[in-house]
Amino acid sequence: MHMKMLQKLGLGIFLAALLLFNLLLFMGNFRLTEQKLQQVTSPENYEILRPELEPILGKTYSTSFAFSQDFKKYFGAYNTRQQENEQWDRVIWDDYTFAATKAASEGFVANNKLLLLLLTVALGTAGALLNILPKYRDEPAGIKHNSVMFSSNKSRGVIGIILGAYLIGIYVLLYWFPEFIVNWTLLVDPLSQLLSGGPASQWFLYGTIYTLAILVMGVRMFRKYRGNKYQTLRTSSVMFFQLSFAFLIPEILVLLNKPWHDFKNIWPLDYTFFYDYRVDGFLNSGSIGMLMFVWGILLIILGVPLMTYFYGKRWYCSWVCGCGGLAETAGDPYRHLSDKSLNAWQVERWMVHGVLVFAVVMTLLTIVNYFSGFELLGQWTNTLHEWYGFLIGAAFAGVVGVGFYPLMGNRVWCRFGCPLAAYLGLVQRFKSRFRITTNGGQCISCGNCSTYCEMGIDVRWYAQRGQNIVRASCVGCGVCASVCPRGVLKLENGPEQQRIVDIPILTGNESVKVLS
Amino acid sequence: MIEAKPIGDFCINSRGRRIVIIGNGIAGVTCARQLRKRDSAAQITIISGETEHFFSRTALMYIYMGHMKYAHIKPYEDWFWEKNRLNLVHDWVTHIDFEQKQLQLQQQEPIAYDILILALGSKSNKFGWPGQELKGVQGLYSYQDLESMEANTQSCARAVVVGGGLIGIEMAEMLRSRNIPVTFLVREQEFWDNVLPQEEAKLVGRHIREHHIDLRLGAELDKILDDGTGKVKAIVTKDGEEIPCQFVGLAVGVSPNIDLLRNTALEVNKGILVDEHFATNIPDVFAIGDCVEYRTPPPQRRPVEQVWYTGRMHGETLAHNLAHQPVPYKPGPWFNSAKFLDIEYQTYGQVPSTWEKPTGSFYWEHPDGRKCFRALFDEEKRTLLGINAFGMRLRHEFFDEALRNGTTVEQVLEQLPTANFDPEFYDKLYPSILQAFNQQFGTSLQPRKKKEKKGILSIFGL
Repeated sequence: MHMKMLQKLGLGIFLAALLLFNLLLFMGNFRLTEQKLQQVTSPENYEILRPELEPILGKTYSTSFAFSQDFKKYFGAYNTRQQENEQWDRVIWDDYTFAATKAASEGFVANNKLLLLLLTVALGTAGALLNILPKYRDEPAGIKHNSVMFSSNKSRGVIGIILGAYLIGIYVLLYWFPEFIVNWTLLVDPLSQLLSGGPASQWFLYGTIYTLAILVMGVRMFRKYRGNKYQTLRTSSVMFFQLSFAFLIPEILVLLNKPWHDFKNIWPLDYTFFYDYRVDGFLNSGSIGMLMFVWGILLIILGVPLMTYFYGKRWYCSWVCGCGGLAETAGDPYRHLSDKSLNAWQVERWMVHGVLVFAVVMTLLTIVNYFSGFELLGQWTNTLHEWYGFLIGAAFAGVVGVGFYPLMGNRVWCRFGCPLAAYLGLVQRFKSRFRITTNGGQCISCGNCSTYCEMGIDVRWYAQRGQNIVRASCVGCGVCASVCPRGVLKLENGPEQQRIVDIPILTGNESVKVLS
Repeated sequence: MIEAKPIGDFCINSRGRRIVIIGNGIAGVTCARQLRKRDSAAQITIISGETEHFFSRTALMYIYMGHMKYAHIKPYEDWFWEKNRLNLVHDWVTHIDFEQKQLQLQQQEPIAYDILILALGSKSNKFGWPGQELKGVQGLYSYQDLESMEANTQSCARAVVVGGGLIGIEMAEMLRSRNIPVTFLVREQEFWDNVLPQEEAKLVGRHIREHHIDLRLGAELDKILDDGTGKVKAIVTKDGEEIPCQFVGLAVGVSPNIDLLRNTALEVNKGILVDEHFATNIPDVFAIGDCVEYRTPPPQRRPVEQVWYTGRMHGETLAHNLAHQPVPYKPGPWFNSAKFLDIEYQTYGQVPSTWEKPTGSFYWEHPDGRKCFRALFDEEKRTLLGINAFGMRLRHEFFDEALRNGTTVEQVLEQLPTANFDPEFYDKLYPSILQAFNQQFGTSLQPRKKKEKKGILSIFGL
């Protein structure tokens, strides 16, 4: 009872910190000065912009919304004028809205960065841990899915829908209106200074929250899957890769004046890998840049096929990947919301392989364009990049990928959109030692495996006919095997012979050999 | 496939024959699916008053516990039936006219058949306790039982579950998932000890208590008391103890559901009497699943078997018999599984609760008291007779083969690494199992694992 109170207190603290965090966006004032403008712009642009922005310099706005509106108005007016006069070289292509808004923010938030970081992010984390750590304390280790289907949060109730809408909103702001969330980025400035030596962008903020979400909800996984070594190890792995490879190492690289680089991100998930600015970055960064480039290419042509041959795509999707890391931790409470119907599988196959084709074609054009010295396609690839970035990189992977957790499950992106998952899946389906073995005739068709499959695989369909599960989409999270009440499923790497049996025979009946 | 006889002597074999199955459980549905594969012209109808669609009966508990919804426990999507031309009738059968070959239904028009398959399932036992018809007293078998359990436990300060078997422990687990205090009355001296050997029964008993279930061993129900409004207010045990409660789960076994067939021409005893082909005494009428009683049980089998797997095998075999070639029912080595709260249980072959020479036993228990392994074997021939595994997973195919081939207990134990089905990275249990065996029998068995080619060249099949 005592512990229950403590847990409720933890939840209360978390929610209070979250509320304060959101209120921060509406606090303080926004006032751009000449000095601030000079800080965020290049010297030549400063000279141009100072007179243009004269009307708003020194003016105090009470919201980032009002400030950025005016900023964009005057900034845009200048560019429009140049474009109308066809003075293309005088157009300022850099977008200063975020940087200017951030610099303009003053007052309560800007003056109390560290204190507010502690009161929101740190306190929220502490509250969440206080709620999570005592979980299942007096219970023997085992599957903890009681009341999942009665939960408003986990079962598309009002709370789930509100949470989904909130997450979608956050992603829309992050991708398209970062100037509205400058106050949040101010909070993590001290951390960013410490790691990379520079101020925090919206992406640093995102990385911080993302990593924290994986770590805190990873701890929840440890509690939930206590006694299950596969789940515990796998969760430790995604926590490690997110914290080091995706968060700390890239920032430290920036500190060392090298390009921000995530060594475990692989094309085509890392769809900008062959873009000219990335390639130039690699080539201009000495031996470490060369290492990034060669390592990245080796991962694509050797790492993916070899590792997937030996271990299935799980080596990446549920052990290493950042998207997978979030899905497997923060997304775990929503895994059962994935659609198991045959229809959904049809949509999935067309969609995910469609994105793969899109990514491959776009990259090939980019490379051809690069080598032809931008003669052949000119700026046309840029348009393609913009569309891919908008549709796939932002809208699909971000807004839908995470925002839809409480609505369509935690692997919407991985299942329907990730081109790397599609590539890994093709290897897994056609040339791999990985399968989920069905244990003879022990299946009772209960449906726990299918229900809790985040990839929407109807695992039971195979298990109840004594057939091994070999599916391109399986990320090898192992939850089907964990929730099976009769010990029917086992993730295994083994000989390719007998891996796929089209017409299985159910063990146990000697009267007839049943062709399921 | 031996002792086959011509199908024409066995049942009506006309094209487009009307095959009607009463019951959409695992036996009836398996039979219908397999029939459809082998006879594309037959008109196949499945009648059930319980639910429109087939669901997994063993999964009903998970709906109550909130692990799944009803839709999740349906093994096939709803379009499956029409696509496979399996005609579903959602109604109760009220009368069977074996002369006219016609069924009366509660709501809908009568249905005529050429071949009738009875897959009627079971019903919960009630042993005439005073108060057993009170509101809040029920068994758990059907979907309707689940609905009434939901309604009956809405405001429940304490529940009593009577009967130490699989359904009893399920009901206790279900109630605990809603934080309802449970008193669990088990007549035997240990949980399910008419099936489990003492050590296993004790292991489960400990685990039940670990889940804060008030387990009362050697306790029998005497009567159920009325609160004055027709609802249960308490139970009284044979020892005279009164336990106040608002819900009583009766889980004292199930019996074939054959009330429909009492006083008809169909021969019944405890269940519907069938021969080794599942034929009843009436031509073109067959019976499968829980409702069946074998006239001559297969070797080492009981006359009535009410298990998911046997129901499925009945369905498979009868479909083969009706559509292809009649063969006698010949189940392979016995297997079963269950989950007692968090502890999984698998059994292969014959492990009765007690045994005598020349049967020998080897028992190993993990120091944590939640995992154990037992092998029974013939002390003279050394052949394996059966195994029980708790808290560990073992391969069905491995033991199916070992039991059929008369593999010795020593060979089986040496191959435990191959038989192991636990998830990757789990602690290996076989070294300490083997060590215990070596100590007990003075052997020096070593684990053997099939060598498997592994390495970079295996990609190219080298």
